[in-house]
Amino acid sequence: MISVIFKHTARFIFLIFLQVLVLSNIQLSGHINPYLYVFIILMLPFATPVWLVMLISFVAGLSVDMFLDTLGMHAAACVMMGYSRSFILKLFSPRDGYDSSTEPTLHYLGASWYFSYSLLLVFIHHFVFFFLEAFNTNQFLFTLTRMGLSIVFTMALIFISQMIIYKPKDIRKS
Amino acid sequence: MRNLLRFLWKYSNFVLFILMEVYCLYLVFQNNSFQKAGWINSSNEFVGSIYTTVNSIKEYFALKETNEMLAAENALLHSKSLDAYAKYIITPKTISDTILKQQYTYIPAEVVNNSVNRRNNYLTLNRGYKQGITADMAVIASNGIIGYTKDVSANFCTVLSILNKDAKISAKIKRFGELGSLIWEGGDYRYGLLQDIGTHVKITKGDTIVTSNFSDIFPSNITIGTIESFVPREGGEFYNIQVRYTGNLKNVTHVYIINNILREEKKTLEDRSQHD
Repeated sequence: MISVIFKHTARFIFLIFLQVLVLSNIQLSGHINPYLYVFIILMLPFATPVWLVMLISFVAGLSVDMFLDTLGMHAAACVMMGYSRSFILKLFSPRDGYDSSTEPTLHYLGASWYFSYSLLLVFIHHFVFFFLEAFNTNQFLFTLTRMGLSIVFTMALIFISQMIIYKPKDIRKS
Repeated sequence: MRNLLRFLWKYSNFVLFILMEVYCLYLVFQNNSFQKAGWINSSNEFVGSIYTTVNSIKEYFALKETNEMLAAENALLHSKSLDAYAKYIITPKTISDTILKQQYTYIPAEVVNNSVNRRNNYLTLNRGYKQGITADMAVIASNGIIGYTKDVSANFCTVLSILNKDAKISAKIKRFGELGSLIWEGGDYRYGLLQDIGTHVKITKGDTIVTSNFSDIFPSNITIGTIESFVPREGGEFYNIQVRYTGNLKNVTHVYIINNILREEKKTLEDRSQHD
């Protein structure tokens, strides 16, 4: 239990710093940024209570807000994402339920499951964030384009991270 | 009341979600009043110190560019500084006097190129014919002679240094008035050779050598140097005198170009006499 908490805390700190110090400085054709830090929320174990998921999401969002001066936007997006997570997990639940001791990984329930799970959550996060950021329906299409590109970017990074973190040895075990 | 509490407990996650979202949206929309949520932005101590650390690391990677930029900026500043501008507008001072007729005017100049280590050394000064320089004008420093002008362009002139095989300066020993000619045999830039002083003159080490009255170029009595040593030449009639220049020809920076106003008159007269 302690080791699980430690692992997630370390991942939390690492991803937040990666986000604010590296990823947010990437400027692909204007201001398309990947928001890989949502990986923190994606990777929480199935057994995490919803209130804790939301609290972690909230803290993660506020931490990023602190560095990027977005004041509440990331936090709002993250809380929304954290709250939606329980519903999406229910929606995609396999017939015999989840093994509550594990976390959602690429290899646990397959690539297509992981893809829909992460894409939906990333979409919710990015949707809330980009429209809070723009808060202007005039630029609707422009915002939508930016959001779409960021989602692609974020998703790509999430899959790359999954492949880096879980080596083939782990797959055989699970 | 109990029902309400039960209801809240039942939907506690949803209530928590609403509370958090409301707080977040409150943060977003009261964006302008920074005092209330001052700690959730990059101006707080923690974030500031992290950004400072990261920036100090980033600076290392940019050092080369920064250096190049600074060098370019330095070059720009140098080219804007006063030193980069040669002063070309100068008016030599002439003084009208009914008793004394002025013969020489002095034009200040800066050495822009110099050498002492060749057999035939030249200097370049930042004055040319636009400033009234012609060939064969004397060039002196504050503590000794340097040479005389040779070629003149619009804003520059070259100076045949006394450290040149073509330089032959009419000189005299100040104490006796005995005339000789000063040449340079190469080698050490601090010493010249004074010839044609008879062995009958009781010279001593340290006697001052000055320019003579016979020169068309140099005004008389300008210090050249002092006697360092002397030996009788073969035959015993004349001395070979080693002269130590008082002026430092190697490090000279500011010189005067001397215009002899009466030179043309003297020269014309002498030429006429020789032709007759």
